[in-house]
Amino acid sequence: MTSFYPIAIIIGVLIVALSIASGLIWLERRLLALWQDRYGPNRVGPFGLLQVVADMIKIFTKEDWIPPFADKPVFVFAPAIIVVTVLMTFAVLPITPRIIVTNLNIGLLFFLAMSSLGVYSVVLAGWSSNNKYSLLGGVRAAAQMLSYEVFMGLSLMGVVVLTGSFDLSKIVEAQRKMWFVIPQFVGFVLFLIAGLAETRRLPFDLPEAESELVAGYHSEYSGMKFGMFFVGEYLGVTLISALIAVLFLGGWLGPCLPPIIWFFIKMFLFICFFILLRASLPRPRFDQLMSWGWKLMLPLALANILVTGAVVLAHR
Amino acid sequence: MLSLLRTIWDVLLHTFHHRVTVQYPEQKAYLAPRYRGRIILSRDPDGGERCVGCYLCAAVCPVDCIALQATEDKNGRRFPEWFRINFSRCIFCGFCEDACPTYAIQLTPDVEMSEYHRQNMIYEKEHLLIDGPGKYPGYNYWRVCGVAIRGKDKAEAEHEAPVTDLHTLMP
Repeated sequence: MTSFYPIAIIIGVLIVALSIASGLIWLERRLLALWQDRYGPNRVGPFGLLQVVADMIKIFTKEDWIPPFADKPVFVFAPAIIVVTVLMTFAVLPITPRIIVTNLNIGLLFFLAMSSLGVYSVVLAGWSSNNKYSLLGGVRAAAQMLSYEVFMGLSLMGVVVLTGSFDLSKIVEAQRKMWFVIPQFVGFVLFLIAGLAETRRLPFDLPEAESELVAGYHSEYSGMKFGMFFVGEYLGVTLISALIAVLFLGGWLGPCLPPIIWFFIKMFLFICFFILLRASLPRPRFDQLMSWGWKLMLPLALANILVTGAVVLAHR
Repeated sequence: MLSLLRTIWDVLLHTFHHRVTVQYPEQKAYLAPRYRGRIILSRDPDGGERCVGCYLCAAVCPVDCIALQATEDKNGRRFPEWFRINFSRCIFCGFCEDACPTYAIQLTPDVEMSEYHRQNMIYEKEHLLIDGPGKYPGYNYWRVCGVAIRGKDKAEAEHEAPVTDLHTLMP
C-alpha cells in the first residue's frame, strides 16, 4: 500500500494534467467563440467535446515530416523538452495535502528552474528548423522569456518572505488566515503577467506571431511534433493557473467543498482568464514588450520585495 | 493601462450577447427571391418550354459552363435538343438570365448543391427543366412576340395582331 500510493499519484497527476491540457483545446475554442459571439466546435459529441478526440486522431495520423535542411536530432528533441519540463513542475504542485507527487522543500525554486529550461525547447526548435522565421521566433522567445523570468522569480519573493519557505505546501498552509493575493497584490499581478509571457500566450505570443513570422519557432513542425508544442503550451497554461491558485489564492483552502474541488475551481478560473486575455488583447511591439519587462515590471517587483521585507521586519 | 482593463471587461460582457452564428443544417439563412443560386429552365403558363435554343446564354457565359443543341419541332419551332450546365464551373453570375430573351433560364435561391462526385455536378435538361414559370408567372414569350412557323410568318394568321416594326418604333 505504502509503495503503491506514490505511483498511483504520479500516474493520476500525469493523466489529469494531460487530459486537462488537451481538453483546453476545446475549452479555449468554445470560450473564444463565446466572446466573439460565435458557437465554436459544437457538432462532435455533446457540446462538441469529442472534438478533442477528433483533433487527436487527426494529429496522430498526420505526416510527421522533418525538413531535409533541418538539424535532425535537435529538431526531434526540441518539442519533447517543453512537455518534459512542464510535466516535471507538476511533480511539486500540491493539489491537496495528500495529492502531491513529491513534497520538495524548494518546490518554488524547482518550478523556476524548470521554466527556465523550457526556453531551450523554443530556442532549439527555432534554431534547428534552419528557417529564418523560425530563428526569429526562437530569438524572440529567448529574449522575452529571459527578461520576463527575472521578475517572475522576484515577484514570488514576496510570497516567500511572508511564508518563510520555498515549500509550496507550506505556502498554501500560510494562507489559512488570508490569501496572499491581498497583501501581495502587486506580486500577484506581476506573476500573472510573467506567467503569460512564460507560456507565450496571446498578448505575449511574439515568438509565434502568426501575422509576422508564419508560426515562429514551430513553422517547420508538423504532426505530433507540432502537437507536443501545442500540448506543451496548454500544459503551461494549466501549470501557471495552478501555481497562481497555490501561491496567491490559497490552493486547496476553502469552505464547505472538498480541497480538490477548491483547487480545480481556482485553477479553471485563471485558465478562463488567460483565454479571456487572448480574446481581448492585441499583441504589443517587441521593443514595447522588452521595455515593459525591464523598465516597468522589474522595478515594480524590486519595490514589492522592498516594501514586503520592510513590513515583515517592522512586525517582527 | 486602464484602456486594457476596459477592453478585457468589454470582451467579458460578450458572454451575455446573443450569438450571430446561423446553425446551418437546422437553421437556414434567408435568401432573397432574386438570389443567384441553382439555375433552372422554366416553362410558360401553357406548359411549353420557354427556351428557344438561341445560344445567347452559352455565348455570354464567362466560364463556358452552358452547352446546348438547338433543334426544331415539326412546326418549325426551335427548342433545345439537349441542354447541359456544368455546375462545377458555374460562378452564378446571372449573365445567362440577363441574356435570355424568353425568361427561360433563371437563377433560384437554392444553394444546397453539394455532391460527392464531380460527375453529378453536370445537370442535363431533365434536371434543369421545372414545371412552373419561375419568377414570371404570366409571361408567355410566344404570345408577346408572335409565332412564325413553317408556312406562316408572324401575324399572318386569323385575328393575329400585326407585329410591331422595331425599326420604326421611335420614342
